[in-house]
Amino acid sequence: MMQQQGNRFFFNVDWITVLIYISLCAIGFTNIYASIPHPENATAFDFTSSYGKQLIYIISGLILGLSILLFDGRLFNVFAPFIYGITLILLMAVLFIGRNVGGNQAWIPIGSFRLQPSEFAKFGTALVLARYVSTFNPKFRDFKSIFIAGIIVAVPLLLIMLQPDTGSALVFLAFMFPLYREGLSGYFLLIFLGMIVLFVADFLVPITILVAILLTISGLFIYANRRKQKLIITTVFVTLIAIGYLFLVKIAYEKVLQPHQRNRIELMLGLKTDNRGAGYNVIQSQIAIGSGQVTGRGFLQGTQTKYGYVPAQSTDFIFSTIGEEWGFLGCAIVIGLYIFLLLRLINLAERQRSTFSRVYGYSVACILFFHVFINIGMTIGIIPVIGIPLPFISYGGSSLWSFTILLFIFLKLDSNRMGFI
Amino acid sequence: MEQLFNRKYIIQGLFIIIAIILLAKLFYIQIISDKAFVAAESNVLKKKFKYPARGAILDRKMRVIVQNEPVYDLMVIPNEVKSFDTLALANALEISVEDVRKNLRKAKLKSNYQATPFSKQISVQSYARLQEIMYRFPGFSTQDRTIRHYPDSVGGQLFGYVKEVDSADIARSEGFYKPGDYKGKSGLEFSYEETLRGEKGVINTVYDAKNIPQGSYADGKYDVNAISGERLISGIDIQVQKLGEELMRNKVGAIVAIEPSSGEILAFVSSPGYDPNLLVGKRQGNNYMDLIGNPYKPSLVRPIQGKYPPGSSFKPIDALLALQEGVVDVNTTFNCPGYYMAGNHKVKCEHVDGNISMRRGIARSCNTYFCHVFQKLITKNGMKNQRQTYQQWRDKIAKFGFGQKLHVDLPFEKQGYFYNADHYDKIYGKRWGYTTVISQAIGQGEITATPLQIANAMAIIANRGYYIRPHLIRAMGDKIKKEYTEKNYVGVDAQYFEPVIDGMQDCVNTAWGTAVLSRIPDILMCGKTGTVQNPHGKNHSVFIGFAPRDNPKIAIAVIVENAGFGSTYAAPIASYMVEKYIKGNITGARANQVEWMKNQNLLPLLIDKSKKIKLTKADSLIIRKTDSLKRVNDSLKIKAATAKRPLSAQVSKRTVEVKN
Repeated sequence: MMQQQGNRFFFNVDWITVLIYISLCAIGFTNIYASIPHPENATAFDFTSSYGKQLIYIISGLILGLSILLFDGRLFNVFAPFIYGITLILLMAVLFIGRNVGGNQAWIPIGSFRLQPSEFAKFGTALVLARYVSTFNPKFRDFKSIFIAGIIVAVPLLLIMLQPDTGSALVFLAFMFPLYREGLSGYFLLIFLGMIVLFVADFLVPITILVAILLTISGLFIYANRRKQKLIITTVFVTLIAIGYLFLVKIAYEKVLQPHQRNRIELMLGLKTDNRGAGYNVIQSQIAIGSGQVTGRGFLQGTQTKYGYVPAQSTDFIFSTIGEEWGFLGCAIVIGLYIFLLLRLINLAERQRSTFSRVYGYSVACILFFHVFINIGMTIGIIPVIGIPLPFISYGGSSLWSFTILLFIFLKLDSNRMGFI
Repeated sequence: MEQLFNRKYIIQGLFIIIAIILLAKLFYIQIISDKAFVAAESNVLKKKFKYPARGAILDRKMRVIVQNEPVYDLMVIPNEVKSFDTLALANALEISVEDVRKNLRKAKLKSNYQATPFSKQISVQSYARLQEIMYRFPGFSTQDRTIRHYPDSVGGQLFGYVKEVDSADIARSEGFYKPGDYKGKSGLEFSYEETLRGEKGVINTVYDAKNIPQGSYADGKYDVNAISGERLISGIDIQVQKLGEELMRNKVGAIVAIEPSSGEILAFVSSPGYDPNLLVGKRQGNNYMDLIGNPYKPSLVRPIQGKYPPGSSFKPIDALLALQEGVVDVNTTFNCPGYYMAGNHKVKCEHVDGNISMRRGIARSCNTYFCHVFQKLITKNGMKNQRQTYQQWRDKIAKFGFGQKLHVDLPFEKQGYFYNADHYDKIYGKRWGYTTVISQAIGQGEITATPLQIANAMAIIANRGYYIRPHLIRAMGDKIKKEYTEKNYVGVDAQYFEPVIDGMQDCVNTAWGTAVLSRIPDILMCGKTGTVQNPHGKNHSVFIGFAPRDNPKIAIAVIVENAGFGSTYAAPIASYMVEKYIKGNITGARANQVEWMKNQNLLPLLIDKSKKIKLTKADSLIIRKTDSLKRVNDSLKIKAATAKRPLSAQVSKRTVEVKN
């Protein structure tokens, strides 16, 4: 039976997911086409232009994806550590031989093509994590398994931080969710959420008031549970850590973050307005999206898009083109497609018999989720400007191919779901 | 295991929650708020305004009296400016290099991306120089617009002035006016702003993020062509107006001439006047402050804002009412011993004429006669009913336009005082009668009127019983104005006018008339002199009249402040105006008299404000003579200070006449 499936490469492939993938690529191409100025004699097949290149990337990406389906799914399990190792080497190499683009040492030039190792590190890490979980079947109740999983994620994350490419590094936090699914305590998510809340609060409220609030809450909590000694100790412990964290954030913010990052955070939190400097992107992007209103200005009719008011419009800010030219309806369709894709990926992951496939599936869904949420959130100003692409839509070969590989490996694993890997 | 499987829902739920958050924010910025849409428009759209030419104003003979002249504003878009040769630009504009820098800084403060005025109303020479070297100053451009020009340099108060709108104007107009627009602020420019201003044009151009023009917006669908303002045709005869202003040179006062049959104002002189061209162009602000600071108040529009007791010019109206009421007839005589006794109060007359009738009473301006007439008018219903009868009398006089606005087509018209009976009740209780208000009989005391009201009263007599609301503009564009055609009857039958007019004719045309020196050859002018008592100084000289007697073409009122008898200045000035209007020219000996009159200086000398006047040698001589007077004042001050009494009663604002 396995033999039969192996011969029929495209058997059991989830074509619905492939269809969503192609739709998103097509939406990407259309909007990249709209994002650049158009001379009178432009054609859709001008391969020197960005949309022409994107067409090549899409077609080659599709070929790449389909050829992944030709592999034997077991290979990914076998080669996971190897792939992970290569990506780590590339991540280190990029620090020395990489080209500095926009302040980030993130690219390795290969001919006219620029390779971005951080993109490939995502599926490398996902594969190795899946391999670890499926091999040792840890329940993440003990320190050791959490530590090992943490190391797997942290090494590429830190290497990317060194470039420094905070945006891409942040995406690695997505691996928390597959680990949570595999048994990691929900408290980790809560702690993570708490850290974000405290981080934001640290900027909006004076630290003394925050400390007072924390002490009041824990005091009340201790009073309510005054008979449970163990809980009291935990509470005191958590409170002290939280207060320490608050001060740490303050200090780290001043000393560690770079001025442009501080700027972005302050702009996002509304502590600062700057229509011409660092805030320009966000403001122009919001103006473009907002001006789309319900149905948008129509294809090629967006004035903000056409006349170049939004910087980086074909790459990280591609969503502003969608917002302006297709309006709320267009945005809702794109977000709808993403959510449909993400929910479907989770469902597909859950139907896997092998832990490897499931963990990998969750990783794919959560990485895509982080990208979509951070990217769209940034274009509409609910998240600070973090330069990461919108999956399948943003212009760029590296990102499109890495997302394609990420997704199609899972599709291949899914088509093998009846087998045991 | 079962438990962990459920965690799928938590993760999927998180996805859905985040998606909803994203959609909610999108819903807000795209659908609920239109801020982004507006911002997007202002990002790409730049409006260049095309200013319409303001409507011209013609006089009654279709001569242009207000027109436009092209001027150029140098505009700048600061962020398009590259480093440039500041000295060359400064030279071209005839300003200093510091000014160039200062103006650029100012423009930057206004807007970095929109065309902002750099130097307004540059001269034609500067403009010509600039055109050749403009390419050296990227970011600069010229914007042409027009400013007002008044070829005859007369009629300052009449035409008013046009000025750039201020923030209050913009707020009041609810967005119609934009900064940089101009608006009529007074005079005809104000009254007819909506007709004169035209419609501003706009060209919408799309700009890209680098501020490079990308062509017109929506194929010019929203572009608007400038529409020039409509022209106005006024009733003014500019030649007569000009003569009037020349005659009133160095005098304080007003002339209003009206064509009785139409109510059109032929001349509207406010003196001292000023050249309306002073309030155009770059020096507008300074000149305006000069006018405001001038002690003779040239900014006061005396024909409609000056309030004068009508004086003897009021007498014909009294006569008309008396005839209409039947309290006298043309043959009724009163004895004039040179005064009239109103109770214990003596009203002096200028002459002793014995028994005097209406015709002669008017011609001689006999106070005694008119006090008797007034007495009869007020007491005709018995001594007890004087209050009611006064009120009836007052209401009948009011029909002649006294005590109310005539709603001429100029802003800020005053109505003068003409009190109701209540007013006297307040002062005297119920115990008052004709003797209390006897000064009204001779147009003195509590009654005041604007020169326009007085001229209008004359038009009523000329029309034998009605007036058409006086107005300056008879047509807007080609449309004749409808609101100035209604005849307002004053309730005196036409037959009663002839005896009064007889008296007025005698006043000018007989040897015993007060204005016989102002008789015009070949024109039968009827008139009435007035000498208005002025508590602040020498009497005002007043003349009212109309001509010719049959089918009158012009009714006129002339008031010259502090000029003494009506016959000395006001009457001759009126006669020259009438002659000029009817004949077109003044010839012979009278032409010389006109020149003499033009050169008379009757300006009251203002000691306490003399710092502001440039004094001639002769003037300072006079001042030295008045020094003794001053010394009296000083000693009064010392006296008052020791007596600890308020001195304002004694040392009031003093004016001293210049003796000619």
